[in-house]
Amino acid sequence: MPDGSRLNAISPLADEPRDAGRHADAGAVRFEGVEKTYDGETLVVHDLDLDIAAGEFLTLLGPSGSGKTTTLMMLAGFEVPTRGTISVGGRDITRVPPHKRGIGMVFQNYALFPHMSVAENLAFPLGVRGIGKPERKSRVTNALEMVRMEDFGARMPGQLSGGQQQRVALARALIFEPTLVLMDEPLGALDKQLREHMQYEIKDLHRRLGVTVIYVTHDQTEALTMSDRVAVFNHGRVQQVAPPRDIYERPQTAFVAQFIGENNRITAKIEKLAGAQAIAVTRSGQRILCEPAAEAKAGEDVLVSIRPEALSVASPGTGGENALPATVSNVIYHGDHIRLTVAAGSGEEFVVKAPTRQAEHATIGTNVEIVWNARDARALPI
Amino acid sequence: MEASAKTLTERVSRLLLAVFATLVFIFLIAPILAILPLSFNDSTFLVYPMHGFTLHWYGDVFASEKWRLAVQNSFLIGIPAAAIATALGTLAAIGLSLADFRGKAIVTALLLSPLVVPIIIVAVGLYFFFAPLGLTQTYAGLIMAHAALGAPFVVVTVSSALASFDRNLARAAASLGAPPVTVFRRVMLPLVRPGVISGALFAFAVSFDEVVTILLLAAPQQRTIPREMFDGMRDSLNPSITAVAAMLVTLAILLLLVVEWLRVRNERLRKAKVD
Repeated sequence: MPDGSRLNAISPLADEPRDAGRHADAGAVRFEGVEKTYDGETLVVHDLDLDIAAGEFLTLLGPSGSGKTTTLMMLAGFEVPTRGTISVGGRDITRVPPHKRGIGMVFQNYALFPHMSVAENLAFPLGVRGIGKPERKSRVTNALEMVRMEDFGARMPGQLSGGQQQRVALARALIFEPTLVLMDEPLGALDKQLREHMQYEIKDLHRRLGVTVIYVTHDQTEALTMSDRVAVFNHGRVQQVAPPRDIYERPQTAFVAQFIGENNRITAKIEKLAGAQAIAVTRSGQRILCEPAAEAKAGEDVLVSIRPEALSVASPGTGGENALPATVSNVIYHGDHIRLTVAAGSGEEFVVKAPTRQAEHATIGTNVEIVWNARDARALPI
Repeated sequence: MEASAKTLTERVSRLLLAVFATLVFIFLIAPILAILPLSFNDSTFLVYPMHGFTLHWYGDVFASEKWRLAVQNSFLIGIPAAAIATALGTLAAIGLSLADFRGKAIVTALLLSPLVVPIIIVAVGLYFFFAPLGLTQTYAGLIMAHAALGAPFVVVTVSSALASFDRNLARAAASLGAPPVTVFRRVMLPLVRPGVISGALFAFAVSFDEVVTILLLAAPQQRTIPREMFDGMRDSLNPSITAVAAMLVTLAILLLLVVEWLRVRNERLRKAKVD
């Protein structure tokens, strides 16, 4: 098995002094007040401020057209920001052309040069840096080993499967030892099983090489499983930047709660604040003890979001921080869990995802009580 | 087998299609083929039936100072014209494919206009444009005229090659540290090369076949092969013309075969062969 020291042991870029490449903050990225508009009217990216630490794995997550890809393209140098500055390792690169940025990039469609063999593809970034043939050869060998493609150097990209091509593309983006690597939906074209395998490999490479990775995806699972932090984009604005767990469990906006995972949403009005918690009243007059996302004021309309797995089904009269009498209206068996649709007496419908063993007694028509903790009910500004 | 599963109607319609296709093919190719046997005909008249076999007319052509000069002129004008047309046409196609600007459609139409404007109009225009510049009756003028006529073919073939060029490849090359010129040379050009080469061959063929601008612009000592044939047909209808024609047809077929071979080879290179 290849190890992390191998790639680092390869000598540095020809056009950069050794120290510059390995400076502690070399891979740190900062967006300051970055805006982008194509037509002079609509902003594709709005006032973006984002700090990414060296060695971090940050995912830009959002629906298509949310500005995540434009953000990545500005960092790569293929788009120029309308306003603001982007710096990498403390150096302002806002107007530096892409080929002088030294940033590795992996594309969704791999973008391997079809007229060059795998080895020639890998040697390309070394060749343009004026690295001599013997060193090129040894670094290509190492890079092929790194992605477990030792026997494929002589193949043409067209002769490789999608997963193999993506490994070569990864190796090519890393072979010149960039401190920052951008990945634009790199696994989008692969089937589910291969995608999960490649997620693991990319994570593994990230850990071994210590490079900063900025990863664009619209797949929330990918974002949650791979990232140190996730930046959720919508309509050109960053909605929230946080570790995956916070993104999932403590969403800051209704969009984040909605975009990532499933949730039950109840519109309500904040009645009273009590420390970190609040009491919200639903339209039907039901009181919910919840946790507001940001500074909420009494009288404010909010969307209360509760994950299906945060709800549990209990016998009537159990009680708790939040308890609602309800009737089971649908049951779907999923093997490890059961999904119940329950109609609360107040008129709302809830989806409950319960471990199979806990919900065995719940059949259609059963009267139950759904209960949840206040901290699992997020009151989000609308 | 599949054939046995076919109904009678299917078989009849297939047969009709084959007959129709053959007729179209004959319609297109027969006039060209008709001239070839006559070049071996042992008679001074250009008529069928044939009177025995001879290579006399080919001998005549090769011995003639007039034809030798015409061949020399054709290449002297055709090769530089094709080279200029290829360089300019390729750059134009790349510019049109990469850039997005106002009036792109108009620029494209202007670039391709020599394809649709009647050649006589282009030739007369060139005459009036070249005359005050002293470019009529010069090789430079003829080369430029033919380059202008050939460039649209290069624009078309290179544009179609670029249509299948993945722009991410250029981006990938840039991200790997390649300056724009290197991206062009190492990534873009090799992938659109078949388009460039077939464009160059077309441009050469355009110049090689062209007679109208030569009629208007060329000096007597700058006669090309088609110009000489044109003369030959008007003055003395001599079978050596058919020998020249046969050689031109052969050359044209060779050029087409090369273009086709390039196309097939390129497709094979691109096709993903997953083992």
